[in-house]
Amino acid sequence: MRPYDLAVVGAGPAGLACAVAAGRAGLRVVLVDGGPRLGGQYYRHAPPSYRATRPGVLHHGWRTFAALAAALPALDVDVRLRHRVWAAETAPDGLRLHCLAGDREETPVTFPAARLVVATGAHDRVLPFPGWDLPGVLTAGGAQALLKGELVLAGRKVVVAGTGPFLLPVAAGLAAAGARVRGVFEAGRTAGLAAHPGILLAHPGKLAEAAGYGLTLAAHRVPYRGRHAVVAAHGNTALTSVTVAKVDAGWGPIPGTERMVPCDTLAVGYGFTPQLELALQLGCATRTDADGGHIVAVDARQATDVPGVYAAGESTGVGGAPLALVEGRIAGLAAAGRPAPARLLRLRARLREFARALHAAYPVRDGWRGWLRDDTVVCRCEEVPYARLREALALGAADARSVKLLARPGMGPCQGRMCGYAVGRLAGSPEGLGHRPIAQPIRLADLARFEGDPT
Amino acid sequence: MNPLELVGASPEPPFEIVFAGTPVPAYPGQSIAAALQGAGIRAWRTTRVRARPRGLFCGIGVCFDCVVVVNGSATLRACLTEARPGDEVEPA
Repeated sequence: MRPYDLAVVGAGPAGLACAVAAGRAGLRVVLVDGGPRLGGQYYRHAPPSYRATRPGVLHHGWRTFAALAAALPALDVDVRLRHRVWAAETAPDGLRLHCLAGDREETPVTFPAARLVVATGAHDRVLPFPGWDLPGVLTAGGAQALLKGELVLAGRKVVVAGTGPFLLPVAAGLAAAGARVRGVFEAGRTAGLAAHPGILLAHPGKLAEAAGYGLTLAAHRVPYRGRHAVVAAHGNTALTSVTVAKVDAGWGPIPGTERMVPCDTLAVGYGFTPQLELALQLGCATRTDADGGHIVAVDARQATDVPGVYAAGESTGVGGAPLALVEGRIAGLAAAGRPAPARLLRLRARLREFARALHAAYPVRDGWRGWLRDDTVVCRCEEVPYARLREALALGAADARSVKLLARPGMGPCQGRMCGYAVGRLAGSPEGLGHRPIAQPIRLADLARFEGDPT
Repeated sequence: MNPLELVGASPEPPFEIVFAGTPVPAYPGQSIAAALQGAGIRAWRTTRVRARPRGLFCGIGVCFDCVVVVNGSATLRACLTEARPGDEVEPA
């Protein structure tokens, strides 16, 4: 296969903006995404066979997406959807992207490219609590994905909980689509950003967006409570209620404030974890973000320290779609050897400042540990209860890796993507970096068929 | 209001898949997880250790909680796998 000038992994806001910018600069691009449609998680939408006449109703900034998607056909951009990238590697003559194409009958495909942009996005960050493994408990992003991408309500009576402004569009979307949202419970302060009035005034668009969600919630009489957390979920075979408690500034439940809220669905999220597998495989240096998580380190051109490899969007720091769009454009221009306009660089600086303020306003406090009981499952895959983690810590495990070796959290199919954050916090060390030679599950037969680089 | 009305959707007619012997309607393009959820089926797997029910959790292919067996062979994430007419879906 003739090498592409540029391979872009991820067709969300960052990857789309990048592919369009690079394509307009004359590069021959391959845009690869595991999903069936363009847009990633942020612009996730229903299949064309649903013939939606108002596809933008569940979205913020839909026109931006529509314009980017419409720009692709005229450019030399090879769009490869349903291509899951399981490995990326550097070779003497460029980079290689190893994919599995298709839905269930998967075909191995390798794309050679001179340069590569990692725009792999993020997934929900979750915290364990008693009952969080019951059917009916979903991540906030999962409930939203089901609605935006499949037009299915996760449930009829829904509680939304966690921390951060993302809870608002999740709750507003569910309420507008007909779910009865019993409340939005924010463990931090609902007016988290009010401590930064200057930031809000400098970003009137963000303020207007938040106000819009607030209006939707008010119209559906959905209460939005700060310093409240879902500390337990209840049900035998599926969720029937949650316990909501007031929490102190450190998220410790305040005794006597617990109350049961009947619901069939809980949508819960405590921020986002960037997906770094491919960047780590390629050897890109990482750094610690404002929220303590690992992100890919990039320079002013979005270039990583690996020659030819760039990163944009949430993988370089969780900052939302507008920032991802700008970073993607800058990366696409940089990959084409073009400087980014000063205006774009200033916009990126402003949006990063906003992202830092959000991280500062919605931190995850340690009091969530007080929600755990001995039998609370921490690792969902291996069903490791909190008691076993405590034993490992008592035996002297001083970091997430030692805890994993002793108690086995993170050894199951999700490879610690769900419990890694919590285990790291419990171990008192940052989440272990998931160095995985294989980023996506691949059948042994496909791996056996794979012929590595003869060099 | 429901999600289809909200976005003004008029999906093509649904076809049938089968979950553990029960027919379940699925719209063309829909994932197996969405079809099950839409039919009110929320648990479709039992865990190895504690025999606890599981269904959809992350919804985007990261957590592997939603795995199912489709047509007797493949173990697939229901949230990522598009339903096809006649699919026989069993708990993994």
